[in-house]
Amino acid sequence: MVPPVPAENLVEVRGVRYSAGARPIFDGLDLAVRQGSITAVMGPSGTGKTTLLRLLTGQIRANAGSVHVLGEDVATLPRRGLFALRRRMGMLFQNGALLTDLDVFENVAFPVREHARLPEPVLRRLVLMKLEAVGLRGAAELMPQELSGGMARRVALARAIVMDPEVLIYDEPFVGLDPVSMGFIVRLIRRLNDALGITSIVVSHDVPEVGSIADYSYLLAGGRAVAQGTTPELQASSDPAVRQFMLGSSEGPVSFHYPAPDYAAQLLDDADLRARGVR
Amino acid sequence: MGALGRSLARVGAVAIFLLRVLAACPAALARPGPWIRQIYNTGARSLIIIMLCGLVVGMIMGLAFSDMLARFGSESALGVAAGLALLKELGPVLTALLFAGRAGTSLASEIGLMRATDQLTAMQVMAVDPLRAVVAPRFIGGIIAMPLLVAIFDIMGVFGTQLVGVSVMGVDAGTFWSQMQNQVGLDDVGEGVVKSLVFGFACTLIAVFEGFHAAPTAEGVGLATTRTVIISSVLVLIFDYMLTAAFL
Repeated sequence: MVPPVPAENLVEVRGVRYSAGARPIFDGLDLAVRQGSITAVMGPSGTGKTTLLRLLTGQIRANAGSVHVLGEDVATLPRRGLFALRRRMGMLFQNGALLTDLDVFENVAFPVREHARLPEPVLRRLVLMKLEAVGLRGAAELMPQELSGGMARRVALARAIVMDPEVLIYDEPFVGLDPVSMGFIVRLIRRLNDALGITSIVVSHDVPEVGSIADYSYLLAGGRAVAQGTTPELQASSDPAVRQFMLGSSEGPVSFHYPAPDYAAQLLDDADLRARGVR
Repeated sequence: MGALGRSLARVGAVAIFLLRVLAACPAALARPGPWIRQIYNTGARSLIIIMLCGLVVGMIMGLAFSDMLARFGSESALGVAAGLALLKELGPVLTALLFAGRAGTSLASEIGLMRATDQLTAMQVMAVDPLRAVVAPRFIGGIIAMPLLVAIFDIMGVFGTQLVGVSVMGVDAGTFWSQMQNQVGLDDVGEGVVKSLVFGFACTLIAVFEGFHAAPTAEGVGLATTRTVIISSVLVLIFDYMLTAAFL
């Protein structure tokens, strides 16, 4: 549900254009994230969901348009300002991105050690508290190589919240998880959001999972947001592209196949075989 | 021209990277934990291979130099010959080549894999500069580790020469040590120290540069590792020639 009191937008993306080399990724993207909400960004693979996250964290800059996060214009921030902004944000990477030379405890402690000088007992309590929140206090001594994919992501989540961020970004948090871990992560995102007052952005193409917790959703396709609304609104949409995506159907305006010449013609085409060195 | 242009661009990229790493070094030095751990990683973990190679090279010199010097009737100069060869040339050069193969590849592949698995990006997103947290401690650790490894290589080399020269080839032990003591001076030791510092600097810089700029794929990390060994080895030999000429 959208918070009843009108809240300010913590993230605002306006008219963003971005190309990776010659390939256009965004062509006039507009998007806003309200304070305290869980906003889902959905879309088929290759629609630039991860690129959007890189724009929000200032790893790349838009060719045109503006990206505002926590009131700051990400594109014009100097390096120091960008780092200060990033301290107020947390991000959960798809593969966890845990530091492989540190154990679970030190991975979660890493941002704190870098940015704050806490006495060791206080740091220890803080880290154990965050690990307890993701159910992995008992795994504090393990190395990242000893964790399953789901556990690694939970440790990464503990690390992402250890600095109490105002905005938390999740990059495909449900990919490759077993049903138990999946359900746990889904509930955890909602719980963290509500308990800690975090504003969450969840980038995912797992429609049922993200739809069940999102207050508001954007559907990206063709470089822009083609649909937006609450989950029931999107499910009730009559737009064929939205319906295809929400229902997971292979029939519809979004093509499953990469553009290719006619199948039969290509199979019979000797020139094609010769070009590939087959005789 | 295309290849030359690319090579020049790469030299420029290494120079800019070096400036950025040097700028990150003061902050990295202020936190001793990480770079001390890197001295262990690059130095202590290379110890066995350095000691073994030093010993064997010394033993070879014990045999070969004894034979060569005997032709001029000056077997007694074995200590001087071995001492000078080890301190000025063989010690720094061979240690640097072994370092590039053992520690350099490990640094390049480690940083390359950190890039490929988003660890460096994760640091940036956590407002942590990977140059300060990952690259600078490894760079500092490598530069400190190299002279220590060279010293150990030299000691093992002299021991190996003495072992074979005195016990097998029959050179007098007293002559061996006294000749070395008389003829090998502090300036010879200084030359070895300068070379080891320069080689440590070059090998570690190439390893961290290649790792940091590796394409985030299995092939990219493999290529970075290979390039580290090749470029480091060639650079060590070229720098050795230049430094030897400078010290004449």
